Amino acid sequence: MPYGAPAKASGSWETAPGRCGVAAYAVTSTNRERQTVDHKIVVQNLYKIFGNHPRKGVKLLKQGYTKDQILEKTGLGVGIADVSFHVDEGEILVIMGLSGSGKSTLVRCLNRLIEPTDGKILLEGTDVTSLNREELRQLRQKRFGMVFQHFALFPRRSVIRNVEYGLEVQKVPAAERSERAMIALEQVGLKGWEDSYPAQLSGGMQQRVGLARALALDPDIMLMDEAFSALDPLIRRDMQDELIKLQEKMHKTIIFISHDLDEALKLGDRIILMKDGHIVQEGTAEAILTSPADEYVAKFVQDVDISKVVTADTIMKNPGEVASFAHDGPKAALWKMRQAGLSSIYVQHKNRLVGLVRAEDASAALKAGDKDLRNILVTDIHRVSPDTPAYELFPLLVESSPVAVVDSEDHLMGVIIKGSLLAALAEGVQTNGMAE
Amino acid sequence: MEWLNNIPRIPIGDAIDYAITLFSDNFSFLTKAFSDVVESGIAILIQGLMFFPPLVLILIFTALAWFLSRKRGVMLLTLIGLFLIWNMNLWDPMLSTLALVLVSTVIAMIIGLPLGIFAALSQRAYRMIMPILDVMQTMPAFVYLIPAIPLFGLGPVGAIFSTVIFSMPPAIRLTCLGIRQVPIELVEAADSFGSTRRQKLIKLQLPMATPTIMAGINQTIMLALSMVVIAAMIGAKGLGGEVWKAIQRLEPSRGFEAGIAIVIVAMILDRIMQRVGGKQTGATSQ
Repeated sequence: MPYGAPAKASGSWETAPGRCGVAAYAVTSTNRERQTVDHKIVVQNLYKIFGNHPRKGVKLLKQGYTKDQILEKTGLGVGIADVSFHVDEGEILVIMGLSGSGKSTLVRCLNRLIEPTDGKILLEGTDVTSLNREELRQLRQKRFGMVFQHFALFPRRSVIRNVEYGLEVQKVPAAERSERAMIALEQVGLKGWEDSYPAQLSGGMQQRVGLARALALDPDIMLMDEAFSALDPLIRRDMQDELIKLQEKMHKTIIFISHDLDEALKLGDRIILMKDGHIVQEGTAEAILTSPADEYVAKFVQDVDISKVVTADTIMKNPGEVASFAHDGPKAALWKMRQAGLSSIYVQHKNRLVGLVRAEDASAALKAGDKDLRNILVTDIHRVSPDTPAYELFPLLVESSPVAVVDSEDHLMGVIIKGSLLAALAEGVQTNGMAE
Repeated sequence: MEWLNNIPRIPIGDAIDYAITLFSDNFSFLTKAFSDVVESGIAILIQGLMFFPPLVLILIFTALAWFLSRKRGVMLLTLIGLFLIWNMNLWDPMLSTLALVLVSTVIAMIIGLPLGIFAALSQRAYRMIMPILDVMQTMPAFVYLIPAIPLFGLGPVGAIFSTVIFSMPPAIRLTCLGIRQVPIELVEAADSFGSTRRQKLIKLQLPMATPTIMAGINQTIMLALSMVVIAAMIGAKGLGGEVWKAIQRLEPSRGFEAGIAIVIVAMILDRIMQRVGGKQTGATSQ
């Protein structure tokens, strides 16, 4: 998963160019007070009740009745109950939960494929729930791209005409339409398949068409409803990698529905866990794993391979003394090592990590009379970014040299040795287990 | 229980009589206009068909069968079947039966397809239309012949009127079914891209429903054929007329010959329509 790490980071500090007009507004949710923030989408106290006279269901929910009690009492089905959350520009938000938890209903409420019963959905400050039919159509055409669990390709249209569909609806001229559709198909790696029919493609390829169909409109928000759940595991992993790669370039705001925790951990900048129509926990993958909010979450996460979630920056130790390439010779490097009790020391030059010097090399150089570290500098060292998952560190730590954690400027942030990795994992497993 | 006998007869029959009289008295310009249009339409069609010598027309129909179905069996069936009809001296009655079937099917389509679409898209329309269809389909076919006479008189127009009523329900039902069968996820996909209702209908629902709609048209044609035969009782000529004559004169030979001709026409139309519908389905999975 070589590109897993950077993509996760991208949401947090990069924003897509040219999309800065995000309105600021105050948000009050029942869970907690939020201050005025710039969010792409804010969902406030959203309800969806199925059945006749759904308002009654909202009232009962507010009085504290549960989903089952309401069903028994009134025959109304609670889809989602008092859900509030936000989505930031350029992030992947994964909404997860078991089937029946309301996650698919929730994502359909965002573009009103399902009409919410109560509550607000603010897209850059505009309340989506108050739009009339024409405004809603405009919004769906320009802003939302949707990808479906079972692909939902139009079987009687060729691949390219599937991808063109959204443009056709917008009455884009034929030439421009096919040009844009071809670009979208290239993005998902399906060039050359444009004249095939969906039934001729494998599941993975069909979903690529589904993805291209949404991308062709260049929407800023992607709604992905269990987009990869119908694919077999290997293909699913490929598609996840592909999405991460695409997201690095596109910086869309993605709301991804999933029932697969591994998928959520891999893709999500943040994760929302749902149960019985309401949100049970919201946070980063690590937060959900290491401090589950309740037993439901703990049970959900108990099978997770913690090494996929714990990242380098939580394991790394302070690098302590660092030798300076410009100022330190072998003697100074040896002295610093002795002070810190290390057998090797990282060397930085102008605040960038350039390599590592071993104690034995340094003392040999000292005897030979070398004045600088040039000849003994080991430049072939392992460097990882702070958000590298722990399981990727194991192979690097086999040779007992340490792994350097560097930021995007190549500045040394910390160091990981085998012992600290194992200790961190043991600790993670323990907290996870205890919460159960 | 004496009072039970005192309940006056509920005048359902009177009401219907009254409605038909009212209609034929006050809307005669409508029925007259319909009558004129349909009658001249049939006349032109029959004359057009009779313009060709039978053997030429047999070849044309055979070519048409090949073109529409692309199946040798259907082509041979058409060639041999039509030849047999011509040989039995039933060519002209066959042509007028065919003309009646075609005209009533076209009228049934013009009315039925929009109604089917309407019923598929609106739940309220669905609830109103479906019971009416039930009545239309369970009412004995002969009953439709009776009001045809006061409204349109004896002859082909009355026959077409009752044939349209009798044969239209499957077209409506299957159009409605075909559209409702489009998977919900596909409809959601079309909606999620901001399609208008019309775009959704034309780009997604109708193409997806085509095989089912074709099956409906096929059924309508078959029902029209059977009704056109019954309509011989009110003066529709054609193969039905031959059967009707055979009954009156008790001539089994003549009756069966005409019957066989009807079967042949039915088989040809059915096979061709099936292939047309089937080809559409083939394109889907291709």
